[in-house]
Amino acid sequence: MDLLDTLRGPVPPLAHDARAIAALAANPGCARRAVLDAAGVDKDLTARHLGFPAPFGQSRFAITRGNAFEDLVKDNGCAELLRLLRDLLGLPIPQVGYHDVAQVGAHLRHSHTRALIDRAARDSDDAGTFYDHPLLSLEIAGHVSYLEPDVVAFRLGGRFHIVEIKSFAMIDGQAEPAKVAAAARQAAVYVLALRRLLEDLGHDPGRVSHEVVLVCPENFANRPAAALVDVRRELAMLRRQLTRMTRVEEIVSGLPPGITFDLVRDDAGRPARPVAELTEAIGTVPARYAPECLSTCDLCLFCRDEARACGSTDQLGRQVRDQLGGVAGIAEALALAEGAGRPADGQEEIAGLLRLADRLRAECLTAEPLAGARLEALEGAR
Amino acid sequence: MSVLAALARLRAVREGRAQPVATVRHCHVAERPLVFIPLTLAGEAAAPLAAMVGTDPDAPRLLVVPQPRDRDLRFAFAAELAEVLLPYVEGFGKATETVERRNAEPYERCSDAPQIMVPNAQAAAFTGLLGRSTRFRRAEGPHAVHPSVPFLGRWLTYFADRAKYPGSSLLLTATDALGLHWATGQSGLEDANLAALMGWIDPPPGLTGPRAAQEAEDPLIWPPAGPATDPGFDNEVLAPAIDAYTRGPSPRAVERIREALRGQLEPTWRLMWRAAELLRALPAGASVAQRWDADRGSFTDFLGRMAEETPPQPRRDGAVAAASRLARMERAHAAFDVQRAYDDPLVMAEYRLTGEAFAGRVAAADPGHAEGEGRSRKLRPLVTVETADPVRLAPGTVLGTPDRRGQEAEVVAAGDGSVTIKITKGMGRGRTPAPGAVPEVGERVCYSSLTGDFQAAAALPEPELTPWTHGGPPPEYVPRDEDASEEWS
Repeated sequence: MDLLDTLRGPVPPLAHDARAIAALAANPGCARRAVLDAAGVDKDLTARHLGFPAPFGQSRFAITRGNAFEDLVKDNGCAELLRLLRDLLGLPIPQVGYHDVAQVGAHLRHSHTRALIDRAARDSDDAGTFYDHPLLSLEIAGHVSYLEPDVVAFRLGGRFHIVEIKSFAMIDGQAEPAKVAAAARQAAVYVLALRRLLEDLGHDPGRVSHEVVLVCPENFANRPAAALVDVRRELAMLRRQLTRMTRVEEIVSGLPPGITFDLVRDDAGRPARPVAELTEAIGTVPARYAPECLSTCDLCLFCRDEARACGSTDQLGRQVRDQLGGVAGIAEALALAEGAGRPADGQEEIAGLLRLADRLRAECLTAEPLAGARLEALEGAR
Repeated sequence: MSVLAALARLRAVREGRAQPVATVRHCHVAERPLVFIPLTLAGEAAAPLAAMVGTDPDAPRLLVVPQPRDRDLRFAFAAELAEVLLPYVEGFGKATETVERRNAEPYERCSDAPQIMVPNAQAAAFTGLLGRSTRFRRAEGPHAVHPSVPFLGRWLTYFADRAKYPGSSLLLTATDALGLHWATGQSGLEDANLAALMGWIDPPPGLTGPRAAQEAEDPLIWPPAGPATDPGFDNEVLAPAIDAYTRGPSPRAVERIREALRGQLEPTWRLMWRAAELLRALPAGASVAQRWDADRGSFTDFLGRMAEETPPQPRRDGAVAAASRLARMERAHAAFDVQRAYDDPLVMAEYRLTGEAFAGRVAAADPGHAEGEGRSRKLRPLVTVETADPVRLAPGTVLGTPDRRGQEAEVVAAGDGSVTIKITKGMGRGRTPAPGAVPEVGERVCYSSLTGDFQAAAALPEPELTPWTHGGPPPEYVPRDEDASEEWS
């Protein structure tokens, strides 16, 4: 792990939150992101220093609304949540226990969560219990990341459910699919962390349900509504990605010696590393830019600029890339289309297709239009 | 996305400018569209913050909710929007034409229909949400709203629903409409930014497409086209202005908010009109008028239902209504694909690329060729076309042609640079084909297996007969007080 520490420089590694871990699964092929995340590099600050600040801002209004909604759901020992769960699970839950893990000091929260979950798992008691502000952990490439879910683990009948509170609305039973998907990816991280914890304690990890409870405002009001979301697919994706992360060491050991992403912060914590030097260092780890990165990764604008500079077809999106059948460069693809370049082995088919496409475009855009199109246009005018 | 469209994007990168992917226009652009640019408050489901709306590029109307969390102000906004939208929409009901039909009674159809233009898909979705949150309201009772509000809600719902039909132009989404005609040198994801898309298509003088698109990503130069506002603007400009209004709701405080929002909306307002202009400049495809006829018909129907004061659209479709809606959308989609290909050689080229169509010159023709003897003798003119296209059509495949619509042909043999077809329909009833019905030697023709086969409407039971497998007959919608007083916070 020394290598990763060298890469990061003399600062504590940045903790991953569930969102960051979930985002890892979004672009599993990106070595750059895998290395930077494994080393716990502050990508946001790095991007800023490189002159490509991430385009993510959060509006004050959204934050206020999100917090207010969460408070509403959790107030009075999660009274509102209990009402929802009664309806959702169709259970006559008479009463539930409530443990606020945040009541102990921050440094104790994780061990306290462990103890509470352990006790709950041993307990044969059937009564429901909420665990608010639990602190879970997940090992990412040898580093332990602590996850502070704004969620509650709910136990009933020996099974644990992750409850995820989100402030986007569920209107007439439907919410925006992209937002639900993001919430599911995030919740899957918590499910995995809780399962690992149970396993670690010698309990059956299957006692953490793969169905998470998603709590959202209903329609246009502030009133919460709940729905069960199956996160098995997200869990499988996440697991696969985390196993791949172990390969980070391979990538790192292949880097030129002495490489570091250290920002060389000054006394005030401001990065002082020459930008050109840092750009070069980051450039040694290949990225796999895709336009989807623009909504998930802090370094997206840096990588996009790089993809543009080297004329990569990645910048046009996966759909275009797929159509081009593995031709990676824009100039290369255009040369094939225009017959100026010789197709490499295995490129004959796509080259033929591109040449045909080029001929058809030229024919349709310059040559005489088909007689029919003219006729119909005339008729239309009449 | 096809190789053809991918190639257009590659070219756009090299040329630094968007490239055409259509040679004619595939959507209707009204003479006087109503441009509607809504903004919402971040973090809320459907809290209107502002809108710029109007039919005159030089006279936009700015509507603002100075405290977006105030329910009464939201309804005041809705009433104000209704004041602009309803007269515009209902005005089209005044002039009608009589449409004659074969085997059916003639009916009246509005001579023209309204067209609402929004910047992007999110704005179209918000139009639906705003409709959903206002259509169940009532003008009397404990939570009375202005009488125009529920009507506005029904209309907005109608427009948002109609936008889901491929080929409909009643609610036109600018980014989608432009994307149908131009390919940029950026990804589809980035094309969702109207200013960036327009930067590629129509860069300001002195700027290249990519440069203009890059500027468009700076919210200080180009505020986002909404409905989400720029978080930086929210935090630094809007929040303090709203706080000031909350402390003292004076006209000055309102004016401060209005000016801030006007600055956010005006650049998009100009872009929208420019986008309409660019689209209008393209020659209309042959089927555009036909689809607009269908839009006008649909609009006329809905106008009639509004006059009869039928209840608002339900929250969710019943099983039969949902299935029939889906079937109609699928039919509209299939028809739209065929029509676009027939109207536009560049779209047809995508089918030629995959071997489902071919174009070339007629090498030989036997117009008098017939099959059968005596009474069963049928005229089947034979045509051989020389083509360089990679034809992948089996003998017997039914073909249509954009050159002679209504004509049908069949592949006889295909291979090695030439295709022989026989014409089976649409060449007249005589012993010899009607003049001009059979292409002559040397003529350029295009045939495709893509035919506008009319799909019969799905056979669905009446809603009252919904089988139990689909939940049984849906309960009839009865307006309830709860619907009218639904919270909107």
